[in-house]
Amino acid sequence: MSENVLTIRDLSIDYQTDRGVLKAMRHVNLDIPRGSIVGVVGESGCGKSTLISSIIRLLAPNANVPNGSIEFEDQDLLKLSQDQMRAIRGTKLSIIFQDPMSTLNPVLSIGRQMIDIQYRDKKTTSQKKQRSIDMLAKVGIPDPESRLNQFPHEFSGGMQQRISIAMALQAEPALLIADEPTTALDATLEVQIIHLLKELQTTMDCSILFISHHLGVIAELCQHVIVMYAGEVVEQGSTREIFNHPTHPYTAKLLECDPASISEKSRSLPTIPGEIPDLVDLPVGCVFKNRCDRSVEACDTVTPGWTEFGEHHFVSCHLVKS
Amino acid sequence: MSTVLAVKDLRVRFRIASPLQATLNQIEDPFIDAVRQVSFDIQHGETFTLVGESGSGKSTLALAVAGLLDTAEGKIEFLGEDVTNMTPQEMMAYRKQISFMWQNPVGSLSPRLSIGSLITEAYKIHGLKDRDLKAEAHRLLKLVGLPTHFTGRYPHQLSGGQARRVGVARALALDPKLIIADEPTAGLDVSVQGEILNLLNRLQDELGVSMFVITHNLNIVRHISNRTAIMYLGRFAEQGPTDDIFANPRHPYTLALLSANPEPDPESSIEDRIELKGEVPSLMNRPIGCEFHTRCPFIGKHCDTDFPPVQKVGEAHSLTCHYPRQP
Repeated sequence: MSENVLTIRDLSIDYQTDRGVLKAMRHVNLDIPRGSIVGVVGESGCGKSTLISSIIRLLAPNANVPNGSIEFEDQDLLKLSQDQMRAIRGTKLSIIFQDPMSTLNPVLSIGRQMIDIQYRDKKTTSQKKQRSIDMLAKVGIPDPESRLNQFPHEFSGGMQQRISIAMALQAEPALLIADEPTTALDATLEVQIIHLLKELQTTMDCSILFISHHLGVIAELCQHVIVMYAGEVVEQGSTREIFNHPTHPYTAKLLECDPASISEKSRSLPTIPGEIPDLVDLPVGCVFKNRCDRSVEACDTVTPGWTEFGEHHFVSCHLVKS
Repeated sequence: MSTVLAVKDLRVRFRIASPLQATLNQIEDPFIDAVRQVSFDIQHGETFTLVGESGSGKSTLALAVAGLLDTAEGKIEFLGEDVTNMTPQEMMAYRKQISFMWQNPVGSLSPRLSIGSLITEAYKIHGLKDRDLKAEAHRLLKLVGLPTHFTGRYPHQLSGGQARRVGVARALALDPKLIIADEPTAGLDVSVQGEILNLLNRLQDELGVSMFVITHNLNIVRHISNRTAIMYLGRFAEQGPTDDIFANPRHPYTLALLSANPEPDPESSIEDRIELKGEVPSLMNRPIGCEFHTRCPFIGKHCDTDFPPVQKVGEAHSLTCHYPRQP
């Protein structure tokens, strides 16, 4: 077995639109080492959702993959048939979505849903039920046996998210994708969910790909961070490296303008002026040049390559010299 | 400074069972209190923020203040006039002076109207026919930092940040004295959050409008507000000057909220974090005694029996707790 659970190499995704080909993701490389939590940060429109959909192979029908590979457990997910892919989803690869309320089916009891998703296992219903009870206990739901008969609306938002985590981890997947799982929750519940994920990750030995735009959560939970901008990975490295030595101008600005990192009270907060480039009509050179205040001549003409800035710390910027 | 809005002992109730259901199922009290015993005031030109978890009654309180919900008890005074017993005509005049920025920036804009007509809708509703609507739309767009050719666009053509700016422009149309902003930065990226907060701060400095901001994002509270209230199960756990609350949180819930805020620093210590156990109790089943005692890490002697009275701990700083933390 390789040391990475998931290896993405040179992956690009295009969408066919009325205006032309929208290049949503370009030449993305990404590694998820076994047993680690990798965070992806970026603003809306940076390709986070496209990245997830491409891993679970649930891309929109107008999407097209011109190049790249997604290697998961020694097989290329992009080459699998629909049936093979279906066997992987939910067993080796699970996902938690942003909004727990719309993840769960409102007209079926929690127990029914948790037993239903074990349809592949050749076990008796009572064994499956017992497993659901154990799983609910693991995610910290008190009195799990009686709560199996309840419906999603009878649980609070935090509880619902716990249930979706329980369901996602029930099959002990090798990789769990968490798509902004705490955005719909409040600060105190957010912390509870982060702790829960961290704890389960160590006890169940799975890897997590954690998507968020909340920098605080990423800093606390993840070992590695990937910063995406306009469909490209602009910087990646260990959490400590990225937060202490942000090297790409975009990462630096993003960290700077997070209201949480400004401890002095201020009536005028820093922002990143400008807009992300049109992905149908991409600029030549660096994608961030129009919003970068340190751009040089090369930024207008040459697309920056990868520079290794430190150990496992990669930056795609002309200003960085290894 | 003059008081713009004064709320006294406000209570908002929702019926959870019809009279017949209540009789059949022997429910003694077929109501839940979404907001209970809430008192606060907002001064001219100041920003008052309300922080709390979802389901704590923040939005209910805002809707009640805007006159969109009936109140059960208490008073809401706007510039000295009681809002709770207004005739429809008086209400119309009241609504001209307050405006609402809704939580979902795109969802609050009608998808079939152009930005120009969305912004000037308020003039038509309030019968201000003498205004040059086109000029007004241009003025408002400039005020919120959008290009004037946006009048011809439709909501789906806007980004989240732009839709939020349109929401601000709509709120400013009638020169209100008070703007109620429900989660003004929800769903926005950090760089855009800064833009919107800067815009609100700038407009407040220029126009002197008061603001009532509801949020669960503690990070932004510090930068925009003069005074803050922390809400739990429909009551204010603590309220006071924002700087005071951030420097010296006294109520255990405030303390937990502030320490639960994940900081963008991998080195930050989580040792001294107060983690709350358990879930928020249901409004249908309020705990006896202090309503926070089921989750409180510092539970003491009388907490599960007696309701703590509101006590003042500073000039404008008050809280409800038997054992407040020492500063």
